[in-house]
Amino acid sequence: MRTRTRLILGLAALAVFASACVSDASQDTLKPEGPYAEQIYDLFVPVFWIAVAVFVVVEGLLLFIALRHRRRKGQPASIPPQIHGNNRLEIGWTILPALILAGVAVPTVTTIFDLAREPEGDVLEVNVLAHQWWWEFDYPQEGIVTANELHIPTGRPVYLTLCAVGLGYEDQPTPSVCQPGPPDGAPPAAIGDGVIHSFWVPELAGTQDVVPGQANTLALQADRPGRYSGQCKEFCGLSHAYMKFAVVAHTPEGYADWLANQQADAAMPEPGSLSATGMDVFLNGQCIACHAVQGLEDANGNPVAANGGPDLTHFASRECFAGCWLQTQDREELAAWLDDPAAIKAGSWMPDYGLTPEEIDALVAYLEGLT
Amino acid sequence: MASVSVPADGRTGGLLRRPTATTGLWSWVTTVDHKKIGVLYGVTAFLFFIVGGTEALLIRLQLAQPEQGLLSPSVYNEIFTMHGITMVFLVVMPLSAAFINYLVPLMIGARDVAFPRLNAFSYWAFLFAGIFIYSSWFLGGAPNGGWFGYAPNAVLDPTRGMTFYAIGLLIAGVASTVSAINIAVTILNMRAPGMTLFRMPVFVWMSLVVQFLLAFSLPIITVALFQLLFDKRFGTHFFDSVAGGDPVLWQHLFWLFGHPEVYILILPAMGIVSEILPTFARKPLFGYQFVVFSGIAIGFIGFGVWVHHMYAVGLGPIANTAFGISTIIIAVPTGVKIFNWLGTMWKGDLTFPTPMLFAVGFVAMFVIGGLSGVTHSVVPSDYQQTDTYYIVAHFHYVLFGGAIFGLFAGLYYWWPKVFGRMLNDTLGKVSFWLMLIGFNLTFGPMHVLGLQGMPRRIQTYPEELGLAFWNLVSTVGAFLIALSVLVFLVNVAITRRKPRVAQADPWDARTLEWLTSSPPPEHNFDEIPTVHALDEAWHRKYVETEPGRVVPVPAGGSGTEAPHAGEHSIHMPSPSYFPLVASVGILLLGYGIIFGWLLAAAGAVVLLAGVYGWALEPSAE
Amino acid sequence: MQEQVGIHVYESEHEATSTGLPNTKLAMWLFLASDVLLFGALITSYVVYRGRSVVGPYPNDVFDIPYTSVSSFVLLASSLTMVLALAAIQRGDLGRMRLWLLATALLGMTFVGGQVYEFTTFYEEGLSLTTNVFGTTFYVLTGFHGAHVTIGILMLLTLFTLSFGGKVGQKDAMSVELVGLYWHFVDIVWIVIFTVVYLIPTGP
Repeated sequence: MRTRTRLILGLAALAVFASACVSDASQDTLKPEGPYAEQIYDLFVPVFWIAVAVFVVVEGLLLFIALRHRRRKGQPASIPPQIHGNNRLEIGWTILPALILAGVAVPTVTTIFDLAREPEGDVLEVNVLAHQWWWEFDYPQEGIVTANELHIPTGRPVYLTLCAVGLGYEDQPTPSVCQPGPPDGAPPAAIGDGVIHSFWVPELAGTQDVVPGQANTLALQADRPGRYSGQCKEFCGLSHAYMKFAVVAHTPEGYADWLANQQADAAMPEPGSLSATGMDVFLNGQCIACHAVQGLEDANGNPVAANGGPDLTHFASRECFAGCWLQTQDREELAAWLDDPAAIKAGSWMPDYGLTPEEIDALVAYLEGLT
Repeated sequence: MASVSVPADGRTGGLLRRPTATTGLWSWVTTVDHKKIGVLYGVTAFLFFIVGGTEALLIRLQLAQPEQGLLSPSVYNEIFTMHGITMVFLVVMPLSAAFINYLVPLMIGARDVAFPRLNAFSYWAFLFAGIFIYSSWFLGGAPNGGWFGYAPNAVLDPTRGMTFYAIGLLIAGVASTVSAINIAVTILNMRAPGMTLFRMPVFVWMSLVVQFLLAFSLPIITVALFQLLFDKRFGTHFFDSVAGGDPVLWQHLFWLFGHPEVYILILPAMGIVSEILPTFARKPLFGYQFVVFSGIAIGFIGFGVWVHHMYAVGLGPIANTAFGISTIIIAVPTGVKIFNWLGTMWKGDLTFPTPMLFAVGFVAMFVIGGLSGVTHSVVPSDYQQTDTYYIVAHFHYVLFGGAIFGLFAGLYYWWPKVFGRMLNDTLGKVSFWLMLIGFNLTFGPMHVLGLQGMPRRIQTYPEELGLAFWNLVSTVGAFLIALSVLVFLVNVAITRRKPRVAQADPWDARTLEWLTSSPPPEHNFDEIPTVHALDEAWHRKYVETEPGRVVPVPAGGSGTEAPHAGEHSIHMPSPSYFPLVASVGILLLGYGIIFGWLLAAAGAVVLLAGVYGWALEPSAE
Repeated sequence: MQEQVGIHVYESEHEATSTGLPNTKLAMWLFLASDVLLFGALITSYVVYRGRSVVGPYPNDVFDIPYTSVSSFVLLASSLTMVLALAAIQRGDLGRMRLWLLATALLGMTFVGGQVYEFTTFYEEGLSLTTNVFGTTFYVLTGFHGAHVTIGILMLLTLFTLSFGGKVGQKDAMSVELVGLYWHFVDIVWIVIFTVVYLIPTGP
């Protein structure tokens, strides 16, 4: 009875692990899609199998001993030889595991240093700013700022500098390497203190935390075009679960096209259209206090360049928004968000401005036009 | 201020007379008897276990399917935080303390601990810490920043929750620190004649190591908690990066405590298993000295691995390498223990009553948890694993499959000694198998979930990640665990109604506590035993005819020295109010830090009154 | 069972212990070992944050080394008087013990008073708990130390007061010894703090 139950349990355990290899999950650490993730995977797999082997041997021994030496029914109680120990065994089972572990340690150390090295060659440098609860991507050389989707070309190493920023807790600026300012060199809008986040896109790289006051770095690279899912891994408050992002890898040509589009100023709506009304709502409401739109100017002729919230210049060119939790193409989601952000994302720093349905419709039209 | 000299029959009014009750409810409130205190710890910890388990069930219900709204993010964050705090500080630690308190004096042949009133104080302070932390639900919000309370999130959170966290854990820390000193002095100083350190049971050794771990790690988190408290309450800048502070300082201080803490959580259970396996194999623990030394080694090395909780923080490859290596190293003494337990069972006359099932279950589950731990020590792998459900799987395998299983083994094993009744073995076996299956169903799939991309501490997850199936399985498993605990409680209830007829030594065991009656008299032993060997109690029953072979001692002869002629009276420490009074003072002080200086001052006065009253009253009258 | 009055506030030391050390003494040593880690964490926090303040005042702006040296000397002297108090009770000289206990307490109070004055001056010069990380780490570190000294003073005065209560003999020397151990510990911690915080030169 005990044997059968344990066998069933053992098979079940194997099934659990086997399922890990045949999933369609899109944030799968076991499906590396680039050299950095592959290095980690190539280290994990053999160590995993060593662990499985040890598991089989030790648990097998345990089961064997339990069954072999159990008192059978009807057998009288006896006192077995009172063995106190065996020094040779002790030395053996201290040294053997130590040797196995030493073997594991060597590639571990080399991989640590490999992954920490700054990539060489034609590196794409991007500053990643982690806000509560969305991701901002600043490409200093290319002169663009986007949100929630990190677009990269395949085959090229990407070197990320990670900074945490916040909004609303204090109004002191965070001294940070990767604090983007407006294109004209004016000082950035005051963006207060932040909390720790963690940037994780498992199919392309391991994690790196994003710590206020520190500028951590992370290298990643995609081998194939595709959309790779990621999310914040370090508990960061109310909407920690809603802080996703995507890394979109294009072919080099596709990336060039994307970049050109991003570098262009925002599309201007047709005068008199609903979109134009939306732009007015945008300019005259509180939106410009947090959101930048390149090429747009407010009533005083100042560029709309704040970065308390995501840069909206090419909002509609992205598939997702609000920490990649909602779809830009989904009108209802967009309207619901504009109506009451905190209802969708607890604690959202974007206030509910009490917009009328008409204003929301107009804004939606305007945002949808920002391709 | 207390007056200078205290006549034995108290001062004005009956209120201040020294309590004398040894039975009844009031005796529990004023007790300084380590056995009663052990039972108090055990019952309280188990109640918190049910609460923490309910929190776990709520978490599992919320996560059973993607994008559910059973628990809002705000409530979810409180629930998972409280689950962690409860299980670590209000369940496993005090449940271990229950065993340590009850058993250590008996196992070393003492009548009580070194400082009985301090012992009572530790219990009351722990209870009040738990009440304090839980009262936060009604007083402005429960802690919601995780049991690990990372800054700056914990500092910046606008509710009172993390302030309750800081103060509550400070109170619990005081309780544990003084308890550590108490038990350490007891073990070092109060052993029976002939009980050298290497004739102590392994459980006592592990308890000793734990006390040192507590004494040296708690001060560090004490500092961290004060820093958090001051940042929140007074606007200091310990974790404020804008002012030049560093949020990572919190992590260093927290994990400098936090890592030894996990050894604090597991070593007592390892000690329990080291006592149970030899009993049901009917042969000594294999490699006693190696098991002891590996425990000491784990204690030492445990202070040198803390950064393995921080590999992704960005400390650099050199730091990550150093701590990766130290973490790999600590696997070795852990393995030594496991092999010695296997060696204990090898060629034994094995029977499997419930305590033995749980002890073997401990070994089996701990191996899994230990192996996943080894995979974490491979630092680059950990860059993927950290902060995912793979880690959640690991620590539940070692803390539940390990510590909790070990503690349950201890409950079944020592229940007859403490309560004079045996728990029903059939129900025990049912509970064990339900728990084993439920536990593996709950936490096994989490390895997969983590590798497939499910982070920790998330209130929900999107449909498209494909995580729904194993989350559902995990939830089902959690309810099986709940069922198994229910079966245990039923077992306890029906056992209470049985007559108290347990013998002194129902399991034919090896350690001193089995020499005295079940339950023991208040003074533990009529005659303090003189110890001639490790496993003294066994050697009084069985005599070695040739190396390794033993036969029972003929009835009527015990092979020990003749009993002492003549009586001398045994003076036991007297009950006292003051530990409770002092604890109340600390509780009021804690509330006062949040709610007002007048309350804090009142608390300080009560605390001082308690301490002075305590210092001025004799320990025994 | 005989009456226990007066200074007999600790466990009986009559029973033999496995280590030979009385329970209370072993307990005090363990407690002090634990306290080493408390101050270790506090001092480490101070050192790690040295030079990281974004705004002033900075240590060199406020520290008055000669002044603090004098108050450090006062605390050091109190350790001497503490030793004298213990020596007195160990030879049964209750009167001298009272004298030296009081002296120790007074010197301790002078030290604390000096710190209060020092911090008031710093505060007037613009250094508060929340001004910068220097203020934060400095006041918390020295504040914890000052709290320890204050508790020590309370214990000294308690012993002093209780000594008027009744029979006191050499058997009660243990209480004085224990308070003495604590007091010396607090003094040694101050030497470390004074060296690390005040004396070791730093940048701004």
